[in-house]
Amino acid sequence: MAVLRVKFTKTKRDKLAQVLWILNWISVVTGVILFALGLYLKVEINKRVELMAERDIQYVPNMLIAVGLIACAINFLGGKICYDCVDTTKFLRWKLIMLPYIVCTFFFTFCVLVGALMCYSMRGELEESLALGLTQAMRFYKDTDIPGRCFLKRTVDMLQIQFQCCGNSGYKDWFQIQWISNRYLDMSQQHVVDRLRSNVEGKYLMDGVPFSCCNINSPRPCIQQQVTNNSAHYNYEHQTEELNLWMKGCRQALLEYYTDIMQSIGLTVLITWLFELSVLTGVRYLQTSLENVLRQGDPDSESDGWLLENSFMETARINLNIIKSLGKNNHIDTAKNGDPNIDVPSTSKAHYGPDNVPPKTIKEAS
Amino acid sequence: MSVGKVTFTKVEREKLAEVLWLLNWISVVTGAILLGMGLFLKMEIQKWQEVMSEQGVLYVPHMLITTGLAACGINFLGGKICLDCADTNKFLRWKLVMMPYVICTFFFTACILAGALMCYNIRSELEESLFLGLRYSMLYYKDTDTPGRCYLKRMLDLLQIHFQCCGNTGYKDWFQIQWISYRYLDLRSMAVVDRLRNNVEGKFLMDSVPFSCCSPLSPRPCIQQQLNRPLAHFNFDQQSQHLNLWRKGCRQALLDHYTIIMQSISLIVLLIWLFELLVLTGVRYLQTAMENVIRVGDPESESEGWILENSLAETARSNFNIIKNLGKCYQVDNDPNINVPAMIAEQEIHSEQVQVQRTS
Repeated sequence: MAVLRVKFTKTKRDKLAQVLWILNWISVVTGVILFALGLYLKVEINKRVELMAERDIQYVPNMLIAVGLIACAINFLGGKICYDCVDTTKFLRWKLIMLPYIVCTFFFTFCVLVGALMCYSMRGELEESLALGLTQAMRFYKDTDIPGRCFLKRTVDMLQIQFQCCGNSGYKDWFQIQWISNRYLDMSQQHVVDRLRSNVEGKYLMDGVPFSCCNINSPRPCIQQQVTNNSAHYNYEHQTEELNLWMKGCRQALLEYYTDIMQSIGLTVLITWLFELSVLTGVRYLQTSLENVLRQGDPDSESDGWLLENSFMETARINLNIIKSLGKNNHIDTAKNGDPNIDVPSTSKAHYGPDNVPPKTIKEAS
Repeated sequence: MSVGKVTFTKVEREKLAEVLWLLNWISVVTGAILLGMGLFLKMEIQKWQEVMSEQGVLYVPHMLITTGLAACGINFLGGKICLDCADTNKFLRWKLVMMPYVICTFFFTACILAGALMCYNIRSELEESLFLGLRYSMLYYKDTDTPGRCYLKRMLDLLQIHFQCCGNTGYKDWFQIQWISYRYLDLRSMAVVDRLRNNVEGKFLMDSVPFSCCSPLSPRPCIQQQLNRPLAHFNFDQQSQHLNLWRKGCRQALLDHYTIIMQSISLIVLLIWLFELLVLTGVRYLQTAMENVIRVGDPESESEGWILENSLAETARSNFNIIKNLGKCYQVDNDPNINVPAMIAEQEIHSEQVQVQRTS
């Protein structure tokens, strides 16, 4: 009771082998595409790694890169095999390798599917990483004289300009941190000292934002200082003013950006997975039909190809037994399924009938 | 006394035809590259065309686009011709077309060279255009409520951020124009009224710049106001001033940007021109070799190919005469096809009779 049995004539087998050769080479190209997508994602993450706290998100591009390389190798080998499968004599070279190859490729396609699903599930970890990373970056914005943090001002400014965002969740995040270094605060001025004193931790907080938060779409010159003070600026109401500063938070902006990339990559990987699965099915049919041809002996005759020789349940049971007997390799177990290769001791000898039976006389034909 | 005479055997002629067929197809690809470069240059100019006073510079990408399309067409035809030229029978089909084709292609390669040189020469025109365009954009920076100018603020801010520049020649250009609209000036405030009165034209001028001039590379938060008074800011030394704003003028920045693009493009166009010239030379040799084979009569024999049949001076002279005669189409001037009147014919017969008498 084979699973999905299909009859193959000789020309059909040849055609299948040729088509599979081409498809395998296309799969090599898709493997290269997977590799390139993984590299691209890695580069994009590394570009802004200073804004991400320590979280394990590098595993997604690394997985894609590894899967891409393995796909190239597997499909390259598959292409060679299918090329030789047109001729039954050349097939004999590959006969022993083909079944392990198919099993390996089957498990490999699982890896591809896992890679695709990982792309979609990375979002939650990324959000957490960005929230923490951005908070840190904004806190160290003013520390342009401390090595290891001196680049953060530039990074945050470029981020806010490029992604058109301000702060972590919004521009008000800047009101809660000191983003002007004490080096540039004139301590001899009374209002500076007052402001420092009025804060519990001695931080210089103000309702002002850096210039990179300014919105280029605003019809008026940018208002960065005293953002919440309506009377400080002519004809200004900060509650209704939406065009003055960027309203979006940078965490949201970056998350959307990376989610877009990963959804596209995930979709591409899913399509690659479906393609690999179809190539694998074709190779399985080719393998079974060629083996059946060899079993029949006549290279030009028809043969059957199938996915599984017996039904799904039976194949599972047989494989389970094989795995079990692999485990019990060195046990002598003649009580149940006696292994014919093990020497049976003489206590249980064969029964040939009773002894001392007189020979029969053969009557002569008259 | 031919120019560049080379002898071709039959095998050499066939090989030449095949090689030229391949080279013509490569030339179709280079024609497509020319087209692509023209389109790219057009897009780049149109991206920032609001800061250019007139779009006279668009003739360069248009030239490249038409040259690219023409190159594709000419080389496609050339490929078909060369494919047929391997066989003398098929060559007869193209025999009459080939000479005009070679001449057309020769003038076309001159167009390509002109295109390459144009790319080098456009710099001064572009500089003028940018200077005027930027000046107008800065003047109308504040007019975000006037239709036709409302986009200039956004465009100029984007330009200054993207190209890391400030003002026309430098940041001080902003001190000479009013870039804050009256809508946002509190005219009841004494400070504002004083400043307006200070200026002859009643403009609100200050020593400050828009936020897009700020450099993110500065170690301190950006100082945009009171730039002429460094003492108004704490610890605002020379180095801080240097790093605070973008130092480069936008005219210079845009000019550099476009100059790099156009130098690369003109280098590639020059290389394409050399390649086209090479292909043209090959086609000329093939044409003359095939014509000589037909003249000789034996398709298997050797034949000669050349670039010009006579020396350059003689060819120029004979072409000049042809052009002169084209002009004098209807004049009687020893043209054997024109009917000669009877008086002159009698003189000829008389001279013939004299000759007959002499021989007998």
